[in-house]
Amino acid sequence: MTTSETTRPDLIMGDPGPTGRFGEFGGRYVPESLMPACIELETAFREAWADPEFHRELDGILRNYGGRPTPVTECRRFSEHVGVRVFLKREDLAHTGSHKLNNVIGQGLLARRMGKNKLIAETGAGQHGVATATAAALFGMECIVYMGEVDTKRQELNVFRMELLGATVVPVVSGSRTLKDAVNEALRAWVASVDDTHYCLGSVMGPHPYPWMVREFQSVIGEEAREQFRSLLDGSDPDVVVACAGGGSNAAGIFAGFADATSSDLVAVEAAGGAAVTTGIPGVLHGMRSALIQDEAGQILEAESISAGLDYPGIGPEHAHLAEVGRVRYEAADDERVLEAFQLLAKTEGILPALESSHAIAWVMAAAASGELAPGSTVLVNLSGRGDKDVAQVRDILRGRA
Amino acid sequence: MSRVDSTHAAGTLESALRARKAAGHKLLIPYITAGLDDQWLLVIEALAGAGADAIEIGIPFSDPMIDGSVIQESSLRALARGTTPDGVLADLSRIDVGVPLVVMTYYNLIYRAGHERIAGVMHQSGVSGAIIPDLPLEEAGVWAQAADPEEVATVLLVAPSTPEDRIGQICERTRGFVYAVGRMGVTGEQAVLADSAREVASRIQALTDLPVCVGIGVSNPEQAASVCEVADGVVVGSALVRRLLEGGGPDGAAEFVGSLRTAIDKG
Repeated sequence: MTTSETTRPDLIMGDPGPTGRFGEFGGRYVPESLMPACIELETAFREAWADPEFHRELDGILRNYGGRPTPVTECRRFSEHVGVRVFLKREDLAHTGSHKLNNVIGQGLLARRMGKNKLIAETGAGQHGVATATAAALFGMECIVYMGEVDTKRQELNVFRMELLGATVVPVVSGSRTLKDAVNEALRAWVASVDDTHYCLGSVMGPHPYPWMVREFQSVIGEEAREQFRSLLDGSDPDVVVACAGGGSNAAGIFAGFADATSSDLVAVEAAGGAAVTTGIPGVLHGMRSALIQDEAGQILEAESISAGLDYPGIGPEHAHLAEVGRVRYEAADDERVLEAFQLLAKTEGILPALESSHAIAWVMAAAASGELAPGSTVLVNLSGRGDKDVAQVRDILRGRA
Repeated sequence: MSRVDSTHAAGTLESALRARKAAGHKLLIPYITAGLDDQWLLVIEALAGAGADAIEIGIPFSDPMIDGSVIQESSLRALARGTTPDGVLADLSRIDVGVPLVVMTYYNLIYRAGHERIAGVMHQSGVSGAIIPDLPLEEAGVWAQAADPEEVATVLLVAPSTPEDRIGQICERTRGFVYAVGRMGVTGEQAVLADSAREVASRIQALTDLPVCVGIGVSNPEQAASVCEVADGVVVGSALVRRLLEGGGPDGAAEFVGSLRTAIDKG
């Protein structure tokens, strides 16, 4: 997408302006210590995003190092099974195995442009942590990743991957010891290191400009997918575009290519135990006003999901807005259906989806079975990551039942 | 930027602090977490008796992102005891310790309760100020509009990273006093006072006549005295809360705050 197109205020997924607002959501609710850094980051991103040289370098790395463009695959056997035509946008084939690389290469280049030589990041499942460690290795930067202690155990191999890539992984033992607490700890670390450190936030959340900036870095998914789909199906657009959403970066990335340019239905699938849009209430956490799972007093509740990457009690503010204006429908999938989806895609297509992405697959199966998706309709699913990281966990669950 | 004298009408918090300052005193503002144990109201009384000029009372939040391990621990303990914003304010309405009470909490609790409602409850509970660390200048407007008519002073923070023009804007909008963040980091005790603590206080005082109190990273009597050579006062939190977590109780709190009082009065 060209820059001039994204700054048009009439767009559904446009530029949130200097206050970072998507309707009533977004904003910049951070301690004063971090305000100058957030303002500096916004200025740097606006300059970089308007600079053709920045785009040339970013696109070149994503192509020659990251493996873009990722293909769109039609799933013939899976489609026969479920009765609708399913296509996958294969972010699982991007370097490091998920869409997360798109964002970290962008932020890494931006950090270098700002003269910052250290990256810190939070991670849930470890995909963003691995991606950040990868970018840090590529750019010769230091890297510290904050990861909930619970998640370091669920995703042991990803911890070791990050260490192999030269990163330091800090297990977070505060709060619920999952993604939400990893974000708290990364923010705390950033306050103390903001002079020379860039916080490489992994999703379309946090204080302005992150929700917008990360969506822009991920919009390459949707831009590619729309054109690829049109060339596969004689210029037509999919009836439905589906993506899973925790913080919501892969969903925002693919929706960005369809929300304004097509009339495709857009569906985001949250984890049933962390469904911020469908069960949450507006509030303020981690620098943003968005939909949050919280109690009557405003204390944040713990999300619970089989997938560490969706174990988050909030969602990016633009998603709360897209739900409010009705451009995107938010659904939920429970752990049981997710496990079925994980196995069915593996057996029918030879593709192991990440447990996160399996939520999107699970919704397609349920919606096709219920008739909500008309037989033969075309469905494009963002397969945001590969499931290799989840194999040990799924084995333990399935063996426990045998 | 030239120095700007405040033009708004001083509320009860600002008046009380200015009066102490005018009488030649340095300002001592200890912090405790509400609901930490069953003695927390007695601790507040003890702090007032030991020479506090105002008392900062933390309403615990599940995700205290600007707080270090001690305040995180006290918040968790308080939440585990069933502490809620309304419960804290109801408890505060039953005491009168003769010095201003200022609450510190995170914005989601305010947002969830409703700005007007919680500002009204704060006023009725005798609270004269609110420190909301994740509500910076640009986002503070909606809350301040609700808090101003209830005479709940919105105390804004200035950090070592805040540029000069922004300090001026914050000094215009803050009420009660200016909370100077002593170091780039989260709350917590430090063996050595950061140079930034005195520097940030000087930079702010060049720009306003409001009281300037330094908090975050001020841990003991010696550090408090050093800060008060430059600033109007200090906020001391983690060092006090640690003593309470260790079972120091009202007597231990009074002894520690008494030692801070003595140190800053000597200067």
